Amino acid sequence: MAQVTLRPTRPYAYRLALPGAVFAVIAVAVVAPGLLTGTDPLAADPLHALEGPSAAHWFGTDHLGRDVFSRVVHGARHSLSIGVAATGLAAAVGVLLGLAAGLAPKWLDEVLARSFDVLATFPELLLALLVIAITGPGTANVIFAIGIAQIPNLARVVRAQTFVVRRAGYVEQAVTFGLPGPALVVRHVLPNVLGPVLVLATIVLAQSIIAASALSFLGMGPQPPAPEWGAMLSEARNYMRVAWWQALFPAAAVAVTVVSLTAAGRVLRYRFEGRDT
Amino acid sequence: MSATSAGGSAATGGTPVAAGRTPPARPAPPLPETSGRPSARTAGRGLLRAMARRIGSGIVVIWAAATTAYLALLAAPGDTVDILIGDGPDTPEIRAGIIREWGLDRPEIVQYLSYLGRLLQGDLGRSYQLQRGVGDILAEQIGPSARLAVAAAATAIVLAVLIALVTAGRGPWARRAVSGVELLAVSVPTFVIGIVLLSVFSFSLGWFPVSGDEGWKSLVLPALTLALPAAGVLGQVLREGLEKALEQPFATTARARGLTERALVARHALRHAMLPGATLVGWFVAQLLTQAIITEAVYGRPGIGRVVLQAVTGGDMPVVMAVVILSAVVFVTVSTVLDLLYRVIDPRLRSS
Repeated sequence: MAQVTLRPTRPYAYRLALPGAVFAVIAVAVVAPGLLTGTDPLAADPLHALEGPSAAHWFGTDHLGRDVFSRVVHGARHSLSIGVAATGLAAAVGVLLGLAAGLAPKWLDEVLARSFDVLATFPELLLALLVIAITGPGTANVIFAIGIAQIPNLARVVRAQTFVVRRAGYVEQAVTFGLPGPALVVRHVLPNVLGPVLVLATIVLAQSIIAASALSFLGMGPQPPAPEWGAMLSEARNYMRVAWWQALFPAAAVAVTVVSLTAAGRVLRYRFEGRDT
Repeated sequence: MSATSAGGSAATGGTPVAAGRTPPARPAPPLPETSGRPSARTAGRGLLRAMARRIGSGIVVIWAAATTAYLALLAAPGDTVDILIGDGPDTPEIRAGIIREWGLDRPEIVQYLSYLGRLLQGDLGRSYQLQRGVGDILAEQIGPSARLAVAAAATAIVLAVLIALVTAGRGPWARRAVSGVELLAVSVPTFVIGIVLLSVFSFSLGWFPVSGDEGWKSLVLPALTLALPAAGVLGQVLREGLEKALEQPFATTARARGLTERALVARHALRHAMLPGATLVGWFVAQLLTQAIITEAVYGRPGIGRVVLQAVTGGDMPVVMAVVILSAVVFVTVSTVLDLLYRVIDPRLRSS
């Protein structure tokens, strides 16, 4: 439950420290994986297949003798880029639709709002699978599918926020002084709607990364030999009796990333909206 | 997927919102017809009206699911006949059959209406991959999936109540521990939990079979995989509700009457704590439905999940569309039933 804190800055900084450190490592892995590992994630070495963690291979080797550490590091780019792209797509379309509903005449708003509500009742993974059934598997299609599945939630938040902003004193004043509609939306409504969207986007990003790795795990995402975390887990499942490390490290990578993102998203939400859960 | 969506509302069909700023608007309760305690008659009428409203909105959700599935089919690029066939056998006879079945030579609005009409008669169409009626395929596979879902739901509820009972009123460390568990529950993907359980209990300890569906033993780990995240979220909500209830004046009164703390929790507080839990019902059902697909894949279990994945990979649209509709039906049924149960838990709701 939200508690009234007199000195709000310190606890937040403290709670953001750990996720921040994780993001820093992940950012390096995404931008310059070469800094963390010099090994090629695709280089197979069948003579050293399924070897446990050692000084040469920190996370061991997989069934083809590829270095699991290198694959986890390089996998960050695959796994995160799908999540980020899907979130970007959902945010762009969600903001447009939400703004449209919030500013539209009442009947149009009713239609749009009801559609968001109903679509939001569908589990996102199912919507994503429906899209993939049509487009077929693959990285771009997974981005598209997850993005579409996340739109209704974002659009709802934007719509609700647009209603709040619309009634604000500064908007009323701008109208009074004759600011034309489009300028009003761009200069006053949009910037004030975006705050909560950015906070929600952190959580949506976390969920998109889960969805992306889940779909890859199910074989719908990047195809082998791409080192995507979910796809790696799916391969590792067959060798778990002999090589726990092949499954454990990609699993931990997904979990740590998403836990950090969710934790950060909650801190941000508490900070900007005073809500804890 | 979206386990953060802990802001749903059971009353509107349990729309889960990921961190939604505004929870979905509940229909405004009509003003009570009589002041004070509602008479049995108005309460009965209130219940009937609420049921009618609930069933009405349920029908809208199912219709929307059917329409979304249909629009997805139309929106797909390429020839509808090709899409419906997917990776199935492609002969002129089958093509003619599809055109006849879906009425593809008729105007679009007529096609749509006849599609809805066939759904109303319980005709879910034909799988072009398996060359069989979709209804038969689903009926055959629903058993293992239903067993899994029921076992998982029961496990999740028991675990959540345990978490709440053990930690409520135990001070800040308990609160932090439970919210930490909840954070893990919404963040760790189901397949990761499944892989970890599988690795420890099947591969290392050998307690449970690695895959398949033979007897209760092969149900334990999949049910636990599905139940753990749900229990984490539900447990936190129940715990908060329980703590709040134990601070209420009625709790003080009950203690003053000499009720033991345990009896107070069992007879009074738990009931109150269940109310906020009930708002998660929609999220909970959606969670079970979709995560079951992943869990079935992790454990190599037969069931609807396997059918869906095969259909999605093969582009077998009639099957995918039917599953979307089926999940809407399950979702609406469960949340309607639980919403009515909600009124049994809390007599105060019966008047509105």
